[in-house]
Amino acid sequence: MFWQDFGRVGRGWDPSREIEGLRREMNRLFARTSPWEAPEFPAMNIWVQDHNALVTAELPGIDAKDLDISVIGDAMTLSGHREADVLKEGESYHRQERGSGSFARTVRLPFRIEADKVSAKYERGILQITLPRAEEDKPKKIQIKSK
Amino acid sequence: MANTDVEKREAQSPSGTERTRSRRVYSPRVDIYEAKDAIMLVADMPGVDEKTVDITLEKNVLTITGAVEPDALEGYQLAYNEYGTGDYQRSFTVSDEIDRDRIMATVKNGVLRLTLPKSEKVKAKKITVRAE
Repeated sequence: MFWQDFGRVGRGWDPSREIEGLRREMNRLFARTSPWEAPEFPAMNIWVQDHNALVTAELPGIDAKDLDISVIGDAMTLSGHREADVLKEGESYHRQERGSGSFARTVRLPFRIEADKVSAKYERGILQITLPRAEEDKPKKIQIKSK
Repeated sequence: MANTDVEKREAQSPSGTERTRSRRVYSPRVDIYEAKDAIMLVADMPGVDEKTVDITLEKNVLTITGAVEPDALEGYQLAYNEYGTGDYQRSFTVSDEIDRDRIMATVKNGVLRLTLPKSEKVKAKKITVRAE
């Protein structure tokens, strides 16, 4: 508590810093909605457990063989494509909202990945990739000897 | 993907009604196209299968709903979150020309495909316009 109060008093209230903070916040908000800066696809959730990470992504309607996962060091790249439905002659769209085409996305994890042990499953349109931490990257516990 | 608008959209519930389950509800993205003898509806609903998807046609309102179980993973903690999970719901008004008894639905890889056949009556009613 003391240190927090000290910091605020010490630096004083600076309106220009407040404005700068607000500007940053606005930029961040607009960056997500502006049409020229599309969000990365697919959206991913990352789950962690001890020495594993699990990446999930919603990718409905893709053939598992059209998905490609590669791992180098601490980076995992997911790429794939979804075929658009081909309409027959005489058929016409009332609305078309589902996307199609190719995508690729790379995520970096805070540790090196054991490439041989990466596994993935695709169920009900959701991809789940398990990324175990590399053995040599795991923290070593050091015993402290006491006399 | 070619479509840059890739984020999930939350569904709008009709004014005055609330769902009993306090879960997020998303509006699935759909393609609807018309063939000669049927209207086809394709909806992206990742997380649903044939047991959890529900289709109703009441009067002329077609409603598709899908229940998605929370994806809490045993022993795992969510560290980084870009998309939410929740149920799906979306309604469309369809014209009377649908043959209700022959509606077909399949779900594969989180994609629902609905075939809404046009009724014989309507098909027969079609009038050809000739150019003079």
